[in-house]
Amino acid sequence: MTENIDLTLLDWSRAQFALTAIYHWLFVPLTLGLSFLVAIMETIYYKTGNEEWRRITRFWMTLFGINFAIGVATGIILEFEFGTNWSNYSWFVGDIFGAPLAVEGIVAFFLESTFIAVMFFGWNKVSKKFHLVSTWLVAIGSNLSALWILVANGWMQNPVGMEFNPETARNEMISFWAVLFNQVAVDKFLHTISSGYLVGSVFVIGISAWFLLKKREIYFAKRSMLVAAVFGLLASLMNAYTGDSSARTISKVQPVKFAAMEALSEGKPEAGLVAFGVLKDSENKVGETALKDFLFKIEFPSFLSILTAGDKDAFVPGMTDLVNGNQTHNVISFEEKKSRGETAMKTLIAYKSASKDGNIQQRDSLKNIFASQSFQENYFKYFGYASVEKAEDIIPDISGTFYSFHLMVILGFGFIFLFVIAIFYLFKGTLTQNRWFLWLCLIAMPFPYIASELGWIVAELGRQPWIIQDLMPVSTAVSNIGAGSVMATFFIFATLFTALLIAEVSIMVKQVKIGPKH
Amino acid sequence: MKFPHQKITRFIYLYIDGFRNLSSWGKKLWIIILIKLFIMFVILKIFFFPDILNKKYNTDAERAEHVRNQLINSPNNND
Repeated sequence: MTENIDLTLLDWSRAQFALTAIYHWLFVPLTLGLSFLVAIMETIYYKTGNEEWRRITRFWMTLFGINFAIGVATGIILEFEFGTNWSNYSWFVGDIFGAPLAVEGIVAFFLESTFIAVMFFGWNKVSKKFHLVSTWLVAIGSNLSALWILVANGWMQNPVGMEFNPETARNEMISFWAVLFNQVAVDKFLHTISSGYLVGSVFVIGISAWFLLKKREIYFAKRSMLVAAVFGLLASLMNAYTGDSSARTISKVQPVKFAAMEALSEGKPEAGLVAFGVLKDSENKVGETALKDFLFKIEFPSFLSILTAGDKDAFVPGMTDLVNGNQTHNVISFEEKKSRGETAMKTLIAYKSASKDGNIQQRDSLKNIFASQSFQENYFKYFGYASVEKAEDIIPDISGTFYSFHLMVILGFGFIFLFVIAIFYLFKGTLTQNRWFLWLCLIAMPFPYIASELGWIVAELGRQPWIIQDLMPVSTAVSNIGAGSVMATFFIFATLFTALLIAEVSIMVKQVKIGPKH
Repeated sequence: MKFPHQKITRFIYLYIDGFRNLSSWGKKLWIIILIKLFIMFVILKIFFFPDILNKKYNTDAERAEHVRNQLINSPNNND
């Protein structure tokens, strides 16, 4: 029986997942960044024995603790949603998600819950060295927790290291290492954690600037700002490097997303990199969907070709090439992918019939076809295309993806300048005289959060309609449940998370106003 | 092999002392955490977020059959 999925249900399920993921991601990056900053500050205290550094460490540790406590377990809601709203997807991904998340659970439990107690309760009760080690282990544990969930997300963007079993209707892991070292996962992990370091650094710089503007705790604020600016600058450079590597990987494994990020309608050699531009609807259409042209743009000639392939003459496929195909440049058309996906789908239907008819020989033979590498690489790889009706359905929201990507990049470069100026003024000894810069640091505090969220919007919006790239569209993944209940829980989550955010901000503001304790 | 009783006892007391000497904001934080966990694991999980496949089907074979049918009969696939 065909269970027709109501579009309202699909949209609300997506909206709910987006809401919970975006809110969850307001808590996580600060944990990732601030944990390392606190560990660095405590290391300086351990090395110098200067009590001022102990005060500095304890103040930032308090803010870290507030954020950690409010944010902890908010990600569990996403797992609830997998089982309820995305049950077909949850089953289909099989143990690919299970294994990394199980490792994450163990690492998070042992490292974070054990050593975070030592970190907060252990001052004066354990040795300085053991306390320092505990602080570092909390930082490493937090970042390792992020690793496993990002490995799982990386697999959704570029499914590797698995084999589809038609009997269980699940993807089964055949290589843990292929899943772990998936290039998308590696890039995603490094890029995401470095964005967390930026959030932590700008957070420390912003609050330190507030103290300096208030002419309070000058020594504390300048020292905190120095650590955060140096760490932030290194993180920015890492973020830019991994962003470049990430984009290069996307151009290979998710070329449609890449074309949307650059709003590239027609492929070309010597493709320019758009620094910024304003889009308009193009007369060039795929079905009913208009592609995009530029009303205005600032472009670096040939840079896109150089960045993707290291060669200015390299051809970068545009949206029309990816839909219609381009034989000269070995770009497969949508129709060809759909045809291959349908072959895989027909094989699954034949498998189902053979099982139902008790034709064991044919069933086993079809199962062997699924297990063959050439079938997986040439047909099952495009399995999801069998469920996509029209070519235009594989085109994501180009404007949303383009603007999110470019705004994220612009903000990323802006943070580099912020850190460089902070270091310059700190070394010159003129930081407090430049009040405009202190105000800028304070105003800058929300922007790393915005940049980090925009990164996720690029990653998730740009890969639509897929929940698992080329294998499963979101419309197949969603559970056929009442749209009303999804709407109700959407508003419950919106209320719950908003309340948590208000609680976090109010407790933090109170602690900041109290300042570091003597 | 000797069991490190003393170390475990010290570790437990670290927690007990820590919780006993919580600051006022620390206590407030723990109340928020407990309310949050109650809402998430008791109210939301039980009443709003059942595991659909576990609820509807008793065996893995039935769950696999359901998902296979969903893959084959997805909205845009008219095979």
